[in-house]
Amino acid sequence: MSDKQNGNTHKDTSSEPPLLEVRDLRTYFFTREGTVKAVDGVSFAVQRGEIRGIVGESGCGKSMTALSILRLVDKPGRIVSGEVCFKGEDLLEKSAQEMTKVRGEQISMIFQEPKSSLNPVFRVGTQLVEVLKVHHVAKRKANELRAVELLREVGIPDPERRVSNYPHEMSGGMAQRVMIAMGMALAPDLLIADEPTTALDVTIQAQVLDLIRRLRDEHGMAVMLITHDMGVVAEMADIVTVMYAGTAVEEAATEPLFDEPLHPYTQGLIASIPVMGQIKERLDVIPGNVPNLIDMPPGCRFAPRCRARVEHGLTRCEVEEPHMIEARPGHFVRCWLYEDGGEDNA
Amino acid sequence: MSEPQNLLEVRGLKVHFPVKSSLLKRTVGLVKAVDGIDLDVKRGEILGLVGESGCGKTTAGRAILRLIEATEGSVMFDGTDIFKLSHAEMKPYRADMQLVFQDPYSSLDPRSKVGDIVGEGLRVHGVHDAGERRERVLKALEMVGLTEAHMRRFPHEFSGGQRQRIGIARALVLNPKFIVCDEPVSALDVSIQSQVLNLLKDLQEELDLTLLFIAHDLSVVEHLCNRVAVMYLGKIVEISSREQLFGSPQHPYTQALMSAIPVADPKAKRERIILQGDPPSPLNPPSGCRFHTRCREAIDVCSTAEPQLVDLGVNHLCACHVREMQMKQARAESLQLV
Repeated sequence: MSDKQNGNTHKDTSSEPPLLEVRDLRTYFFTREGTVKAVDGVSFAVQRGEIRGIVGESGCGKSMTALSILRLVDKPGRIVSGEVCFKGEDLLEKSAQEMTKVRGEQISMIFQEPKSSLNPVFRVGTQLVEVLKVHHVAKRKANELRAVELLREVGIPDPERRVSNYPHEMSGGMAQRVMIAMGMALAPDLLIADEPTTALDVTIQAQVLDLIRRLRDEHGMAVMLITHDMGVVAEMADIVTVMYAGTAVEEAATEPLFDEPLHPYTQGLIASIPVMGQIKERLDVIPGNVPNLIDMPPGCRFAPRCRARVEHGLTRCEVEEPHMIEARPGHFVRCWLYEDGGEDNA
Repeated sequence: MSEPQNLLEVRGLKVHFPVKSSLLKRTVGLVKAVDGIDLDVKRGEILGLVGESGCGKTTAGRAILRLIEATEGSVMFDGTDIFKLSHAEMKPYRADMQLVFQDPYSSLDPRSKVGDIVGEGLRVHGVHDAGERRERVLKALEMVGLTEAHMRRFPHEFSGGQRQRIGIARALVLNPKFIVCDEPVSALDVSIQSQVLNLLKDLQEELDLTLLFIAHDLSVVEHLCNRVAVMYLGKIVEISSREQLFGSPQHPYTQALMSAIPVADPKAKRERIILQGDPPSPLNPPSGCRFHTRCREAIDVCSTAEPQLVDLGVNHLCACHVREMQMKQARAESLQLV
C-alpha cells in the first residue's frame, strides 16, 4: 500500500509529475431544453502504472470525462474549460492531427459493449491489423503476426484460428479481449476502460479484470477504470474518485475510502449494496433520484437527497456549493460537514 | 384436506427451441434452453433462481407461466397441472401468476398512461366498471409508493426506479398468488436498486406473496430469497436454503460463481477461482456433467455420466459426482468409526 499514498492529486508531493492530470474540466451540452452540465469541474491525476477508479451512477459524467480526455465529445457537447495535461502537454490545445496520434499510441480506450464496438463485417484480425497500419507500425506480414501475438497475450485460446473470426463468432468475453488487444496494440501509457465488464457475466468479468490487472503489472500501463460497481473498484483500483451529478465528490486511496467513506453519498452508496455473507433485514437507501443535469440545485448537488445535512442541521448546503478539501491526509471530500471545522459542529 | 404446502411444483421441465436451416426451414438442431428441471416453490417463500446469461433461467420462468410452451414436463400450480389446460381454462390462472420484467424501459407501452398500463390486466380479466378499475389501480400504485397524480402521466416522465415500481404495480393489481420477477433490479442504478429490493420484500411480507426471483447477482439473491437454485446450461446444479447455499456452497460451479463476485471491501483478500473459457453452447452441451469442461475438480466419470441432484444432507441438493462420492465416503467412514 505504501506506494499508493502518493497517488493524491491536489498536492504536489510525488517527485514524478503525473502521467495525466485533469484540471477543472467542464463539458457542457447545449440543447434546446437548456445547458446540460455533464462534467462540471472535475480534477484528478493518474500516476504511471496506477489503476485509478472512477465510480458513480449513470449520468454522473464518468464516461463523458473519459471522452473529453480523448476529445471525442460530439455536438451539441463542447469542452468549455479546463486542462487535460498528458505528459506535461495540454491535450485540449492540440490540433486534430496531433490528437489522432495521441489516441491509440498514447491513450487508448475500451468500451462497455464489446460487440457493438467491433465492426461486424470485418474479421477481428483485419481490425487489429488496421490499428497497426494506421499508425504505420510495420509491414503487412509483420502486422498480421503481431495481431496473432496480441490475441495470445490477452488469453484467447487458439489465436491463429481466432484471428480470422468475425465478431459474431465470438462470445462477449472473447470480444472484450479483442478490444483490449486493440487497446494494447500500440503499447499506450494509459488505458481508459469504460465499464469494461458491465455487459459480461460474473465469471467472465473475473477473467477480464484479471487480464487488465496482469497487463498493468507486466507493462506498467496506467489504467483509468470507469465503473458503477463498488465491488469492481474495491478489487481493482489503487485510488478512487467518486463522482456525482457531474462533479467529483470524494477522492482517496481505495482502503481508506472503503474503511471510512466521508461524503454522505459515498457512505450511502456503500451501505446500499447487498454484500454477500452479511444479511441485513433491510438495505440502506439513498432517498430520491439523481438530479436533472439541466437545472441543478444551486448548492451541493447531493443536498436534496442528503440525510447527513438534515441530521446536522446544515443550512448552507442548499445555497452554497462546497469545495474539494483535504479532510484527512490524502483523502479529499466535497462536503460542508468537513469544511471550516464543520465536523466540530456535527 | 388443507392446501398443499407447495404452491408450485415443476417436474421434468424441458424447453427446446428448434434451429431451422435458412433455406428449407428444416430443423437442424435443438437449443436445449431448459433441459429437465424439477423445482418446488413453497407458499409464501421467495425462491431465487440464479445463473449466468444463457443458462435458461428466464426461459424457465416464462415456461412456468406458460408464456412459452414447454417441450416436456409438468407444472402443478395450486394442485392443478396448468400445462394440461386449454387457453380458456388457463385464463383465471393467469390472474394468479404474474410477471415483472427486467427492463423497465421497454416493458411499458410508451403511448399509454400509467393508469391504463396498470389497469389493462383488470380490463382483460373482466373488471368492466371504470370506477372499480380506477380504485384498484390506485390501490396498487399506492402499494408501490406512487400516487394518484401519477396515473395520468406517461412512462417517459418517470425514472428507471419509478418505472420498475409501475411494472410491479401492474403485476399486483390482479391480487396474484405468485409472481415471477425476472431480473427486476439489474437495469437499475445501485442506489435505486436497494429501494426496489426493499419494496419487493415488504410487499411479499404484507401480501403473503410467493415469488420466483430470477437474477444473476448472487448478493441480491442472498439478501432477498429464502431458498436458492443455481442453474448452469439448462440444468439445476444446486438447490438449498439461503443459509446452506451461501454458508457452504457445494457445487464447484456455485463456488466459482461466488468467488467471482467483486466484493466492495478492498481488504477482503479471498482466494479467487477464475473459471477458464466461456460457457459451452446450449446447442451442443457437453456430455455427462455439463460443467466438466470448466471444472477444476472434474474426474473421468464427469464426462460420461450425468450427475443427478442428490441430497447431501439437510435438504442441500447438489448435482455433482465428486461431491456425491465424498459424501458417501464420509458416511462410510463414520459408520466404520461406530
